Amino acid sequence: MADKRKKDLSKYTVDLNMPGAFEGETVTRRNFMNITAQGMGGLAAAAFTLPALAFAIGPVFSREPFAWQIIGKPDDFQPLVYSLRVITLVPNIGEGGKSTAYVRQRDPAIDIEPEDEYNQIIAVTSRCSHLGCPVRWVESASRFLCPCHGGIYNFRGIRVAGPPVRPLNRFYTLIRNGYVYLGPMYSVNSELRRFSNRDPGQPVDGIGQFLYPARFSTSVLPPTTHLPLPPPGIPAG
Amino acid sequence: MPKLPAPPLPKALQPKPKRPGQNGNGNGKPSPAEAAQEAGITVVDWIDERTSLSGGLRWMLFRKVPPGVNWFYTLGSATMFAFLNQVVTGVFLAMYYRPDATGGAYESMRYIVDDAFMGQLVRGMHKWGASVMVILIFLHMGRVFFFGAYKYPREMTWIIGVVLLILTLAMSFTGYLLPFDDRAYWATIVGVNINGTAPFLGPYISDFLRAGPEFGATTLSRFYAIHMLLLPGLIIGLIGAHLYLVSKLGISSHPWRKPYEEPVHDVAEV
Repeated sequence: MADKRKKDLSKYTVDLNMPGAFEGETVTRRNFMNITAQGMGGLAAAAFTLPALAFAIGPVFSREPFAWQIIGKPDDFQPLVYSLRVITLVPNIGEGGKSTAYVRQRDPAIDIEPEDEYNQIIAVTSRCSHLGCPVRWVESASRFLCPCHGGIYNFRGIRVAGPPVRPLNRFYTLIRNGYVYLGPMYSVNSELRRFSNRDPGQPVDGIGQFLYPARFSTSVLPPTTHLPLPPPGIPAG
Repeated sequence: MPKLPAPPLPKALQPKPKRPGQNGNGNGKPSPAEAAQEAGITVVDWIDERTSLSGGLRWMLFRKVPPGVNWFYTLGSATMFAFLNQVVTGVFLAMYYRPDATGGAYESMRYIVDDAFMGQLVRGMHKWGASVMVILIFLHMGRVFFFGAYKYPREMTWIIGVVLLILTLAMSFTGYLLPFDDRAYWATIVGVNINGTAPFLGPYISDFLRAGPEFGATTLSRFYAIHMLLLPGLIIGLIGAHLYLVSKLGISSHPWRKPYEEPVHDVAEV
């Protein structure tokens, strides 16, 4: 009923005999006040909500810098034996920012993935690729074992059994000035092809690399020109 | 139902109503002693005259309930009191707790449990109360489900209840990190990575939760802020909506009530 009556009415306020109407005016003052008041209210609410939201989700879009860190000398590492190194993932927050890596020299007989300057020393993270618990290398079994849900990886960090969805993450490493430098982490698929650092639980084989896209916050490979110098007291190897 | 006679009281104990101004100064106004006796009523009247709160309170508290309500119907209130326990103990724990990822958080928890007077009790109430609240929610949910109390017209109450369940589990997740011991740290790593397994959005959700690609300095303060400011506010608001709907729609009868029984209502204080 109301719609029918509305249809017959003109959209011009002049035709409706409104007091003070002028030629060509279509928005009534009541409507104008309504739109203005609600618009201003919305604007005021957005003025404090949007910056606060952006502030909260900002870390998703900010790229974290990552510096090369010294983990030893090339002679410290052997081809077939893993050495454990404590590394710093997030500086300046103490134990919470530390992690561990299993490090060894590259052995061309075993490591058949393409060779470049970043994998002369192979550094495998202790972070299980299932849900991030710390795996440990068990010499007697020649396997990485995860205590949480039973993930098992072989010597190269490739999943053998259990729930993990991809091999263990690795770190870029670099031999310069007689030291081994450790860089940011990267993920690998089951053929040890490199992908940008994914969180545990996210496969990168097949459709997985599209279901779990790269993040904006992944650290890029820092430049190799300005490497940090070792603290005094550590002689070059 | 015929009204039962009141139990007999000895004469001396039976209250005698006083006439207005009986003890006064004769001009009809109450004496200071009478005014003092009725001070409570006067204050409540003063507030009620200006706010009309008593109508709302009567609407909320003195409503009709179906016959045969039983102890199962108290699980919702029990959950609410478990939540109030979390609110009160949480507020006071926040007076001693420091969300400092470099070691201050663990140290402040150690101080609360080992050194602070009654600290172990208050912390224990918060810790065990959290589990109690989750268990009570599921019992309450089971009561509503098996009694069919979620059916028309109470679907909205059920939906709000499900949101409250999810928010409570989010509270459990964010609160689990705060002691910042090894268990808290690794449980949060695992929990955030479970979030990350959601396709497409998962990697960004875990970055949001951690405030970065790795567990960092602001992860703890972020969880702390979500745990003690964001989620409690949402939960309090939704509990209000939940209770409003319970009051507005009334509570449903138990399923074994006979279908053609003459409805008998009695007024109960809930």
